[in-house]
Amino acid sequence: MNPIAFLFRSSIGRKVLMAVTGVVLIGFIIGHLVGNLQIFQHPDHLNGYAQFLHQLGPLLWVARLGVLVCVVLHVWAATVLTLENRAARGAEAYAVAHTLRATLSSRMMRQTGVVVLAFVIYHLAHFTWGVADRSHFKENLAHYTMQSEYRVAGFPVVKAGTEVLDVHSMVILGFQSPVVSLFYIVAVGLLSFHLLHGIESMFQTLGWRSERWAGGLRKIALVFCAAYFFFNLTIPGSVVAGRLKQQSAHLVAVPGR
Amino acid sequence: MATLESKVPPGPLADKWRKHKADIKLVNPANKRKYEIIVVGAGLAGSSAASSLADLGYKVKSFVFHDSPRRAHSIAAQGGINAAKNYQNDGDSVHRLFYDTIKGGDYRSREANVHRLAEVSVNIIDQCVAQGVPFAREYGGLLANRSFGGAQVSRTFYARGQTGQQLLLGAYSALMRTVGQGTVELHTQSEMLDLVVVGGQAKGIIVRDLVTGAIERHAADAVILATGGYGNVFNLSTYARGSNATAIWRAYKRGACLANPCYTQIHPTCIPVSGEYQSKLTLMSESLRNDGRIWVPKKKEDSGKAPGSIPEGERDYYLERMYPAFGNLCPRDIASRAAKRVCDEGRGVGTSGLGVYLDFSDAINRLGENSVRERYGNLFDIYHEITAESAYQQPMRIFPAVHYTMGGLWVDYNLMSNVPGLFVLGEANFSDHGANRLGASALMQGLADGYFVIPYTIGDYLAGQKPGSRPSVDAPEFKAAEENVRSMTSHFLGIKGKQPVSHFHKRLGKIMWELCGMARTKAGLERALREIPALREEFWASVNVPGSAADLNQSLEQAGRVADFIELGELLCRDALTREESCGGHFREEHQHPDGECKRDDEKFGHVAAWEYQGKDQVPLRNTEALNYESVKMSVRNYK
Amino acid sequence: MSAATTTKNFSVTLRVWRQAGTKQAGRFVEYAAKDLDPNMSFLEMLDVVNDELTLKGDEPIAFAHDCREGICGTCSCTINGKPHGPGKGIATCQLYMRSFREGDLITVEPFRAEAFPVVKDLVTDRSAFDKIQQAGGFITARAGSAPEANAAPVPKPDADLAMDAATCIGCGACVAACKNASAMLFVAAKVSHLGLLPQGQAERDRRVLAMAHTMDELGFGNCTNQYECSAACPKLISHDFIARMNRDYLTASVRSVFKVESASSGGGAG
Repeated sequence: MNPIAFLFRSSIGRKVLMAVTGVVLIGFIIGHLVGNLQIFQHPDHLNGYAQFLHQLGPLLWVARLGVLVCVVLHVWAATVLTLENRAARGAEAYAVAHTLRATLSSRMMRQTGVVVLAFVIYHLAHFTWGVADRSHFKENLAHYTMQSEYRVAGFPVVKAGTEVLDVHSMVILGFQSPVVSLFYIVAVGLLSFHLLHGIESMFQTLGWRSERWAGGLRKIALVFCAAYFFFNLTIPGSVVAGRLKQQSAHLVAVPGR
Repeated sequence: MATLESKVPPGPLADKWRKHKADIKLVNPANKRKYEIIVVGAGLAGSSAASSLADLGYKVKSFVFHDSPRRAHSIAAQGGINAAKNYQNDGDSVHRLFYDTIKGGDYRSREANVHRLAEVSVNIIDQCVAQGVPFAREYGGLLANRSFGGAQVSRTFYARGQTGQQLLLGAYSALMRTVGQGTVELHTQSEMLDLVVVGGQAKGIIVRDLVTGAIERHAADAVILATGGYGNVFNLSTYARGSNATAIWRAYKRGACLANPCYTQIHPTCIPVSGEYQSKLTLMSESLRNDGRIWVPKKKEDSGKAPGSIPEGERDYYLERMYPAFGNLCPRDIASRAAKRVCDEGRGVGTSGLGVYLDFSDAINRLGENSVRERYGNLFDIYHEITAESAYQQPMRIFPAVHYTMGGLWVDYNLMSNVPGLFVLGEANFSDHGANRLGASALMQGLADGYFVIPYTIGDYLAGQKPGSRPSVDAPEFKAAEENVRSMTSHFLGIKGKQPVSHFHKRLGKIMWELCGMARTKAGLERALREIPALREEFWASVNVPGSAADLNQSLEQAGRVADFIELGELLCRDALTREESCGGHFREEHQHPDGECKRDDEKFGHVAAWEYQGKDQVPLRNTEALNYESVKMSVRNYK
Repeated sequence: MSAATTTKNFSVTLRVWRQAGTKQAGRFVEYAAKDLDPNMSFLEMLDVVNDELTLKGDEPIAFAHDCREGICGTCSCTINGKPHGPGKGIATCQLYMRSFREGDLITVEPFRAEAFPVVKDLVTDRSAFDKIQQAGGFITARAGSAPEANAAPVPKPDADLAMDAATCIGCGACVAACKNASAMLFVAAKVSHLGLLPQGQAERDRRVLAMAHTMDELGFGNCTNQYECSAACPKLISHDFIARMNRDYLTASVRSVFKVESASSGGGAG
């Protein structure tokens, strides 16, 4: 059997696929979060960052495609494994349901996974495709003029005075709806909960976990998930609490309002 | 009258096996695949035989009544396996292991067989290590040993308290390998219910598929029985509930002689009985006697007191007192009888008064609780589960229980019974342990027979059989045997009596334990010989076997086995009655030294008694095979 | 101090799964089990109930059992939803009635899994485990070919760890307890036992691939790392062995792709 067949056909192979795509997706969400946290800085930062990503052009599409492939594989493997698991459990269920030590997080993976997937689609519709909240979509807002240079790793990537999309405003305007913000917070909470088992599980599947450091791993996973949730919470939280306001003074009105 | 020719090769003892291997006939590799061999049972002996014969090229069919060969009761052996490796540099040798085994068997085993056993013991360890048996090791990575009863050297290899399990899983893995390769055809949940003898030779078996109820005929060029011992004739024993004597008993009824059935081993360290419902007695490995000290109160009045409240001076460490050289490590029969004696004196402990203490407090003080836990942790856990008591805090209560049967189907040096073509291995045969088996020798014998004896000796028989000459299953003998099985099955289901099978098994067990247990008398045995036939009558008249023969019916399985146990129990008592001496696992109160030790009568009973079936309700015939000791002198066993 | 018969006898109600055969539908039937000694084992209690059923003319409950000392792996009841019942590190036969109280309703089911079809009542067919073993759960060592036992030292920690894995009794509680009926713990225990020993290296890659693939083919589920298996295991075999097997499997897969193979496989023992 070739390695591709191992990964796609065997039980362990598909789990490795889950783990590896999971690692990529965790990497992605960390990067995504770190980028987004620039919202707490001058609008030049987030808007410059967004402009930088756009400037990547085909590279951005490669990255997007990579993430998309991981999502698809992750969901595909999860679905196939779950269907097999149901079949393996058999038609007759135990009359007395009994759990010995499976964590709540591990037992909710399917549910949390589905909600997160739905959230991801909404999130894209909201901030990438602009179909969820058309009026506050970045392309419908007035352009923003960079006041200073935006640098990545010391390299200047967006010059001062460049006209860019006003992502900073879009996010803040978008989160002004408490319902939208609440959905974000709940979804990110479930994602964190998903990751709690996901991270530990990834280590086990790749063969790096053992009881000797399982306690430590659990703590690391817990801290990571809590931090991930907290930092994600700060963005819509600050907007709803009125701590984060639209700063681009030159933008006065939203077209159509 | 059966001819009992031991076929022990001539020559000096130490050369017999080597010379025999060189002399016996061989089957050429191209012909081996033309022979089919049936192996019944898949414990240590059966699994090792089936896989070894398959590796040689024979076509093998393996039959087990369990749902998997790995369930065989060899799995429950705890303590270890002996081998004359002399890794401890303590003076062990093949001769010493041979001598200890002969002496331990109270000079009632066949010298040449025992010597061969000692010789191949070293190969067994090599073989098992190669298979991945995780024996205990020292820090340097080499194999560790422990000492065991009846020996003054440390020659026992072990895998925690689960040596039997690990050895069986090793043999099972070899069997699974050959099944996977297609060289062994495995039939699980198939119980052998008759032996088919064609032209005076064993040529097949009748089995019942326990799941579908189908009765099947299987023909072969030779039949090997490795079906274990008959200790469940006592109902309560350390055997598995399923362990049974049906295969050997049905073979007996087809003409195979049953030798020395009265030699039954009572293991000194078992957990005492707690009530009428009891189905099983659990063994605490003899290895516990390495570090545990056995005692009872000196005074009768103290037997009800908490053990901790009895001061050191008021305790009687009776084994250390009576047998200073071997102390707590004296052989099993001696330790068991000593326990019975102190309990008969009213000094037994526990609510039933049938128990003695096995105390680890000295060992815990000397080695620390962790070392004791490392050595015996799982045994202490088992004890705790059963009794809800912690042996770290208070002494265990132990009492003897039936553990092993040295008797079995008579076999010659080639392990062939008096029915040509029928071979018997492991506990099912009689040959190696004489009147008493030493600890850690059963595993040795099972694997010796399967890995290193039968692969050679079966060729000697098969070479005399024309390839392809085995009869068809349509032969009249097969038909008759199948009829026999069918009629017995339908008869059971038709009785519709008043008592479940277990009722009769319990009653048989009580008769056997009381009248033919640790101490036997003429009067008691005669009583047993009246009571057992009466029980048999009652059983056949009033047993209730519900259900049908066409599916899984555990009552039906059990009925057949208990029917055989009742008959075997009678033969056991008859053998015990006729053996007017005491030796090893057979103790006749009439024949003892003033200090209570066994008094053998080598003159009159220095032989094997091999019973031959004479038909229903006929007294069986007692054949004898003289035991000729060429190299060892029969002497009084002394462990003092 | 003695645990024997000091506490009072009591009664419970059993709710037992009865199923005539693999293809027939099953159902629960209630039985009263009266006057039970707390020192009785659970299986002894079933013996007593069965004898009463026999006397009443009913068919007794079929249940698997043999050694009754927790080592053969035959017994296999799911009691109140837990394979082998309440208690840690025990098989069904090591469960004593003192674990229950007067008036308890005790639900007794077979070990359920698609790969373990019910044969009758509480008895299931676990021959799938034998098939996994046949695929590779061995070290090929024909009788007579073994080198001297002490020729290859095994470091004590490795031998001890191998022994931990080797204590598996093949009962199937891991599968029965797993939410996905996965056999990973069973397979991992055997793969680890043999893979930890120097003797097991020659067939190490072949073994893990063959056993894992056979496990898949037999319809067991997939591990979701919830560790119900090791919690239900009567020998408390650690799920660390599953991680070890995952690693072994990955390495073996990669090696099987890149390892240079001889063009001729002939000349070996056939």
